[in-house]
Amino acid sequence: MKGWLATRNNRSEARADAPAWTLPDLAAEIVRRCQEGLRLAAMFGVPEGGRLIVYAILADDTAARLWIAAAAAATGAAYPAITREVPAAHVFERELWEEHGLIPEGHPWLKPVRYPHDRADRTQTMAGYPFFAMAGEEVHEVAVGPVHAGVIEPGHFRFQCAGEDVHHLEIQLGYQHRGVERLLERDAVPAHPFRNRLAESIAGDTAVGHNLAYCGAMEALLGLEPTPRARSVRDVALEMERMAVHMGDLAAIANDVAYLTGNAVFGALRTRVINSSLAACGSRFGRGWIQTGGVRSDVDDALRSLILKNLGDVWSEAEGMAEKFFSSASVLSRLEKTGIVDQASAESVGLVGMAARASGVPRDVRADHPWGGYADVPLRPVTQDSGDVLARAFIRYLEIRQSLEVIRQRLEDLPDGAARSTSTHATLPPDRLAVSLVEGWRGEILHVVVTGGDGRVIRYRVKDPSVHNWFGLALAVRHNGISDFPLCNKSFNLSYCGHDL
Amino acid sequence: MFDLLKIRRRHGWTFVPDPLRASVIPPFRGRPELRPDLCTRCRRCEGVCPAAAITAEPLRIDLGRCILCGDCQEACPAGAIEFTTEHRLAAFGREALITGEGVAAAAEPAADAIRADIRRLFGRSLKLRQVSAGGCNGCEMELGACGNVNFDMGRYGVEFVASPRHADGVVVTGPVSENMAAALEDTWRAVPAPRLLIAVGSCAISGGVFAPSPALRRGFFDGHAVDLYVPGCPTHPLTFIDGVMRLIGAHSAQL
Ligand code: SF4
Repeated sequence: MKGWLATRNNRSEARADAPAWTLPDLAAEIVRRCQEGLRLAAMFGVPEGGRLIVYAILADDTAARLWIAAAAAATGAAYPAITREVPAAHVFERELWEEHGLIPEGHPWLKPVRYPHDRADRTQTMAGYPFFAMAGEEVHEVAVGPVHAGVIEPGHFRFQCAGEDVHHLEIQLGYQHRGVERLLERDAVPAHPFRNRLAESIAGDTAVGHNLAYCGAMEALLGLEPTPRARSVRDVALEMERMAVHMGDLAAIANDVAYLTGNAVFGALRTRVINSSLAACGSRFGRGWIQTGGVRSDVDDALRSLILKNLGDVWSEAEGMAEKFFSSASVLSRLEKTGIVDQASAESVGLVGMAARASGVPRDVRADHPWGGYADVPLRPVTQDSGDVLARAFIRYLEIRQSLEVIRQRLEDLPDGAARSTSTHATLPPDRLAVSLVEGWRGEILHVVVTGGDGRVIRYRVKDPSVHNWFGLALAVRHNGISDFPLCNKSFNLSYCGHDL
Repeated sequence: MFDLLKIRRRHGWTFVPDPLRASVIPPFRGRPELRPDLCTRCRRCEGVCPAAAITAEPLRIDLGRCILCGDCQEACPAGAIEFTTEHRLAAFGREALITGEGVAAAAEPAADAIRADIRRLFGRSLKLRQVSAGGCNGCEMELGACGNVNFDMGRYGVEFVASPRHADGVVVTGPVSENMAAALEDTWRAVPAPRLLIAVGSCAISGGVFAPSPALRRGFFDGHAVDLYVPGCPTHPLTFIDGVMRLIGAHSAQL
């Protein structure tokens, strides 16, 4: 592809090899490529030597390829907005505007994303968020948050309703912004380049997923190759995380439709999955299991049998419960045709992960850009096509089964040899860029690491799947009763801190 | 109907019969045991610690910062650091979270370490409002788990409630992001006095792995005294339940 540097998941590239465009030309080129079927996976700025370099990463999901291009820009530069033609680009352009002051002309939704502490314009305040508003008879607003009723993270929801009907939901985030990216870029003092524990805290429900994405990028830069056994153990950790969260989400969805047996059973089964993670690595959330270069906790024979037994039991009980749950008329009447995101909308706003698959978009990094064990044993994405809460619930059930299959395969064919990471200190090569993609339980996690002339990390970019999918939730609740919002919300279960960083 | 009964029967009982006596299985990392006699002061632990929680001279760990990751144990060539499965880590004072060389072993604190009115007012029922102020959803999930069918903290009359007006105290998780600072303060003000303040997780206690970030505003903790510190990353449900029960004096009544 002319004007682009071809790369793949988990590969390190020299930054100098990325073709340079002018910003308006790059924007036009991205529109063209997206219209041909490629997907804009990331676009972000790297301030360097008083100017800004914008990197764009396109994904070809049919050929397991990534493409990189760059453009230099002056602060405050304007260019024609990509979002006018490619709605899924909206968040990237808003970030470039918020972080660096670039102006995407004609952007239909140019609003703050997360109010980072080092935003270009400090006069932008959370209290001044430009909410979309409607007027008219019977039209009213409902404001919820940032502090919600449950024990969950904060965010603000503003509903524009006519009677009970939601016409528009606007989601204002940023409350959880902790400056994760800047911390990942911090000079490694005292001389410890591996920030696995910080990566595990990007989103606590995706500790394994984000840590794996971190490892993928670091290993690419350092030329480290995890052993086959380490790869298998990593896949087990990732799939156990998926099983646990999906199970917990089924419990939460059951709770929201007042199906209490489902809530109790799925909830207790989740506990058994996370307690199996605890037995493996000391943490119910897989923290400390994985380390750059390999894993920190190997799986010995006793643990292997324990995991297989526990998860096998969990599955057989989940199967019975799910059969009942998904055939109960009272459950179906709440889940069916609630919160629909059709396939065209899912494609256009760039949904990823299980939310995309529930709308018939077969997007799955494990299949599209496979890494680790998924490169050896192909995986076929599970899809549903109704795009409603039922689809997003049922797909979890199907994916729990799929995860169990992966875990069984990896553990039964566990390669001999070492798995534990032996790497400790290292310095990164200068002027490189590596992209790492992982299919977490929510969907595509993307980390990009950019090093400068002295080998230090000058830009660490994190994209949680929630960044795309929050907009999906906003679309899902349109023309639904406002009282179905909690159910729609649970069916996505998006991350606030993963988004806010 | 009969299918449902079958499911219930098959499911059996999953609750933890006695959370106050229960223990967590290995390799769970709870209270660290430090052996200054073995320590060679090589400081490798300091180099790997993601939370600046450990010092080699004197050999100490601040459990208010420590995320119990065990990286120091991995790095220590002398075997001077070992994590036990002891999950009872909560303390009433910030100082009591520091453990190791030259620090008196954590004993059950004197009753006067606890505000006098707490046990009288909240000993039999305690309603808490949780606020995540930059929490990663780890502690939030574990606090949610305190009320699930396994841990069932509600059996002791301790529950999370939706409205701060119904609450007797606030449980803070997260390092307190600048963008949540005002909402946290507002929630605290909406809880009628007398009220409790509980900091859960290393983030809330000290900033945790986010402590060096300029995106935090931790002034809330300068203005309000914490009644209970509950370490962990995330805090295990049993650690939280143990701490709260000791705070309100209901622990010994149960044992
Ligand atoms: S266990 Fe605690 S003291 Fe040790 S490295 Fe981890 S955070 Fe630091």
